[in-house]
Amino acid sequence: MSDDHVYLTLAEGHDDDTRWAYGTGFEDPLHGVDTTVPDGVDAGELADLCVTLADDALVSAQRLAEWTTRAPELEEEVALANIGLDLLGQARLLYSRAGQVDGTGRTEDAYAYFRDADGFRNVRLAELPNGDFAFSVVRLLVFSSWRLAHFERLTAHRDPVLAAIAAKGVKELAYHRQYAAEWAVRLGDGTEESHRRMRKAQEQVAPYLGELFTAYDVRDEVVAVLRQVTEAAGLPMPVYRPLPGSGRSGEHTEHLAPLLAELQGVARAHPEATW
Amino acid sequence: MVITLLDARRARRIAEQVPDPELPMLTLADLGVLRDVSLTEDGTVVASLTPTYSGCPAMAEMRAGVAARLRDAGYTRVEIRTVLDPPWTSDWITPDGRRKLAEHGIAPPGAAPARPAGPVPLVLAPTRRSVPCPRCGSADTEETSRFAATSCKALWRCLACREPFEYVKEI
Ligand SMILES: [Zn+2]
Repeated sequence: MSDDHVYLTLAEGHDDDTRWAYGTGFEDPLHGVDTTVPDGVDAGELADLCVTLADDALVSAQRLAEWTTRAPELEEEVALANIGLDLLGQARLLYSRAGQVDGTGRTEDAYAYFRDADGFRNVRLAELPNGDFAFSVVRLLVFSSWRLAHFERLTAHRDPVLAAIAAKGVKELAYHRQYAAEWAVRLGDGTEESHRRMRKAQEQVAPYLGELFTAYDVRDEVVAVLRQVTEAAGLPMPVYRPLPGSGRSGEHTEHLAPLLAELQGVARAHPEATW
Repeated sequence: MVITLLDARRARRIAEQVPDPELPMLTLADLGVLRDVSLTEDGTVVASLTPTYSGCPAMAEMRAGVAARLRDAGYTRVEIRTVLDPPWTSDWITPDGRRKLAEHGIAPPGAAPARPAGPVPLVLAPTRRSVPCPRCGSADTEETSRFAATSCKALWRCLACREPFEYVKEI
């Protein structure tokens, strides 16, 4: 008996239903979870909610991954990649849940690789290009504070699978928010140049803040966190300047399509490929 | 097929010994991700695993590893279940697991923060945890990065012996 068995088993079972992304026979991330939808839960609404939360996470994960080889220091690169990996894991669980409950039986790959930009429901904040490190810090601070507050509420959701995904996500998002908040303070309260860049980043995220607070009642909580951080950082509170349209209804900036082209290119070129 | 208590114990012992793919000095039992092993009446071994982090890329390997070891041991029917609730916490790493981590130069986690219901507070003031150096035991250590080669670890360094070391984060 040796550890090689693990890899042999993974390589086995390359039958027709192995999927592209995890084509070495990886199973879906909800493998063996009780998938019943409880009475009184609207399956369509639940699926939509899971897809929006997954889209936010997948698109954010892709942007965070773009920092690899480009971050100011190796430590930050590792941090941003880890945060992206957590979000990718949340996306996989949420897509799998959506496919189970919406009646289509779609896999995580169908959601991630075979929908076009107008089919994505992520908030536009997530798809904006990375900009400089200050912009990515401000975006991550807002995004993780908002998602953490939302996930904390979802731990009480009537769907036990979504509630469990949220409970797991809360612990991860608390680390993400901590990372972004500490950098926000370091840069806001740093040099004149870092402060100036943080101010500029705040201006750039301002139009995309309104979209976050339309559907979920977490606004006060998020504002309180942002106030705590900006005060410590010597920064003003971000201005609320809503932009028409909403990523939640498939209206995106011109930045999403190129992001998806890169994310989906190989899967679409070789839809039956396994590796 | 007659199922004896002994069979169930044997299946559990086998599953418990599967090493973690990313921290191979630990077994899945040491890491606290093997939640349950039971035998059904028709002789199926049901092993329940919980992921450490949502994006843990090792989950598929863990499942495959447990299934392979059990099949090698003669259990033809093996079912692996994923348990998401309650979520894994570093508190589930066993005392044996903590000792093995330290022996391999990885500082084991302290107690995970209590999470009362309601909004998760943000603490900006530096929380000076003391993480003793796993090599020389000095308490004169500092964090260099909260994220490391795997999701579950942070990077620290010892100011006494000057060695960097990894530290399993509380979660
Ligand atoms: Zn030392």
